[in-house]
Amino acid sequence: MKTAPEAVTDDELHAYVDAQLDADRVAAVLAWLQSHPDDAARVAQWQLQRAQLRQLARSVDVGDTPPALLDGVMRAATHARRLARWQQGAAAAVLLAVGLMAGMAIERSVEGGRPPGSGSALAAAPLFVREAAAAHAVFVPEKRHPVEVTAADEAHLVQWLSRRLGAPLKAPSLGAHGYHLLGGRLLPGEGTPRAQFMYENQQGSRVTLFVAAFTADAAPSETAFRLVRDGTRTSFYWVEERYGYALIADGSEAEVRGLVSEVYAQLNR
Amino acid sequence: MGIEQTLGHIPALRRYARLLTGDAARADDLVQDTLERACVKWSLWEPGSVLRSWLLSLMHNLHLNHRRDWRHDDGHAALDDVPEPAHEPLARLGERLDLQRALAALPPSMREVLLLVTVEEYTYAEAACILDVPVGTVMSRLHRARERLRELMSDPGETPRAHPLQLVKP
Repeated sequence: MKTAPEAVTDDELHAYVDAQLDADRVAAVLAWLQSHPDDAARVAQWQLQRAQLRQLARSVDVGDTPPALLDGVMRAATHARRLARWQQGAAAAVLLAVGLMAGMAIERSVEGGRPPGSGSALAAAPLFVREAAAAHAVFVPEKRHPVEVTAADEAHLVQWLSRRLGAPLKAPSLGAHGYHLLGGRLLPGEGTPRAQFMYENQQGSRVTLFVAAFTADAAPSETAFRLVRDGTRTSFYWVEERYGYALIADGSEAEVRGLVSEVYAQLNR
Repeated sequence: MGIEQTLGHIPALRRYARLLTGDAARADDLVQDTLERACVKWSLWEPGSVLRSWLLSLMHNLHLNHRRDWRHDDGHAALDDVPEPAHEPLARLGERLDLQRALAALPPSMREVLLLVTVEEYTYAEAACILDVPVGTVMSRLHRARERLRELMSDPGETPRAHPLQLVKP
């Protein structure tokens, strides 16, 4: 070697492999590797390891989230919320009551109040709506197993879910809005199980219809349509004759409103 | 939204835990514990920070505890039950099993760093934060992990793995 290249550390070699190297050191590392075949061989193997590990990670199919896992979290979440609400005290309860009476399901930021994230539009919604939002968040991104039973046998799906919920259900058709039924799944809920129907359009956007069939003593009071916006997500929910419905989509309010009218019309046909 | 937003991270946490523990049942136990811990500690999460990193740091602390519990196990490597190789092209099956086995053979502290940096693509500083160790420790563990993996993957003492499925090939 005539001109010894600027010394390069092992840390820098790793940073090179992980694309975390400062741009102004790339040239020095490349020069080093050219003149140090042993290091070049090591780096090549590290790069291969990295690629293989990433491939392995991609190939891991963990399957559906076990209901037990969701169930535990939902219970813990409910518990945490109750505790938090209790701690917030009467003032917050009054605020909540006033908000509900005013029909406002939209989040208001309380000045100097709760930290963001601890309260949201959903916090004021009935429990089944929060269950619906959680189930939407979990299963809509699922690529392999978005539903438990596919729509291939729609009659069987609806019959099965009706039996498990102990009440007759319907899976509305949203074809007029470009959405087809993917299928559905049975989910744990507080007290009674819940049903989730999932629909998808040509662009791959998915909406879910979450249904709760309450027992007489557990039914929340009937409500007309309520809208909850949470980030980009729009949820409409309503309670009617001991059924609670939540339609959730990642679309605009107007678009979701169209779907809701369709669902509502079909359910009451 | 509140604690429910952790639910959206469950699939990713399960995948990560699977690689970390090498075992489906242990992975889900770990995820379950992580979520429970997250519920308990929810008030400590700073909403501005990245939820996934926070959940992973909880998971790593728990993993550390689990490991202490498991140290009294009979010492079986976690990869005793190798995941079923369904749908995997034969040519890649051996390679994949070798890698899983080598990963399982790494000391857990090295495996954590390696996975955080390569699979999850955290920066060294972020990984240090998640594991609550200095960056220098991340670098030295990463280095040892890669060197160890290199040895394990090229260990000539290891009997070459026959591909049992080839025996049934016509």
